[in-house]
Amino acid sequence: MHYFSEILPSLISGTGMTLSIFFWTIIVSVPLGILVGLGMKTKFKPLTWLIDIYVWLMRGTPLLLQLIFVFYGLPIIGIVFQRYDAALFAFILNYTAYFAEIFRGGLQAIPIGQYESARVLRLTRWQTLRKIVIPQVVKIVLPSIGNEVINLVKDSSLVYVIGLGDLLRAGNVAMARDVTIAPMLLVGVIYLLLTAVCTLALHQLEKHYSAWR
Amino acid sequence: MLELKGITKKFGGKTILDDVNLTVEDGKILTIVGPSGAGKTTLLRCISGLAEVDGGKFILDGQTFDPATNRDNDAVIGVVFQDYQLFPNLTVLQNVTLAPTMVLKQSTNDAKREGKRLLDQLNLSDKADLYPYELSGGQKQRVAIVRALAMHPKLLCYDEPTSALDPDLRREVQQIIVKLRDEGITQIVVTHDIPFAEAIADQMMRVEPKN
Repeated sequence: MHYFSEILPSLISGTGMTLSIFFWTIIVSVPLGILVGLGMKTKFKPLTWLIDIYVWLMRGTPLLLQLIFVFYGLPIIGIVFQRYDAALFAFILNYTAYFAEIFRGGLQAIPIGQYESARVLRLTRWQTLRKIVIPQVVKIVLPSIGNEVINLVKDSSLVYVIGLGDLLRAGNVAMARDVTIAPMLLVGVIYLLLTAVCTLALHQLEKHYSAWR
Repeated sequence: MLELKGITKKFGGKTILDDVNLTVEDGKILTIVGPSGAGKTTLLRCISGLAEVDGGKFILDGQTFDPATNRDNDAVIGVVFQDYQLFPNLTVLQNVTLAPTMVLKQSTNDAKREGKRLLDQLNLSDKADLYPYELSGGQKQRVAIVRALAMHPKLLCYDEPTSALDPDLRREVQQIIVKLRDEGITQIVVTHDIPFAEAIADQMMRVEPKN
């Protein structure tokens, strides 16, 4: 017990990094995912090709590789990121691709009649999206988004590869120093707590959206 | 008064509407009848601007207009879809007030007052705060009518309004359409239900499939 309280401060500071990656990725990737998802549905072919290639790259290679590439690879062509910025950049690019695919699926589930009925009421395209389409899409995609959100909590541990100190790394350091698995137990518990909070929040959101069908 | 002159519509190589001419007088009911595949719904979609025509012209109150592009002027045509297409994420009252507030820029209060008055007229006042999934088919249809009326259309179009209704509800929608006519609203009703069409029509038009 005494040992746990000794290592807890370093684990908590690692958790700070984990949470910071988590929140910024969600806050930026979800709206971007909606935009890219809408972009996939346009009739402007060059844009959809570009998006297809982007999604293929992001889903087709490991996030770990993308992190390495952003931090160690991009400087070769003169783009230099700080460690933290590199991590955020890679996470946002990666998660936006997944969210975009999810939103595309949601958009396809909206019947054309909804657009037509908005059109005869003379709503603009933007008003139709904002008031009618996006609320319905969000309700449809919430369970899938929830999956990605939980994944993101755990994926954030990949930032160790570019030398950032997150929760898992803090546990790793303590384990190597004190030659005991105990820190990793605590790390596991903290991850479980984080994902439990996410799960509860997602349930609340789903409940909010269950007012209508 | 709405006039259609030489309206032609093709899909691929197939001509669906060939030189359709018709006139609807203000405050009258025109019914368009015919078997499935005759182009009734297509004609309605052209009139309401959801489909573009390949030839011919539309004249509303003496002025030529193109329903497919002129959706931003006052040439308002309301549509009650066969499957109603209410917005499931909005309550009944929100369904009705959305377009008046966003498009006509009515204040929320004005739009609500007007919306409630219209809902009341069609016996829906106790449904204002329900979501569409909580309504029966006939109630959904009445909400769809109210939603269209709230935009003060010059013309109200119905696509197969009786197709999903039992005989009692069929009589009810008949009464509503006739009542709206008595209030001076011009209406076009597309239906394959000939007795229904005969009961409400001031004018009837038959369309036949083209081969």
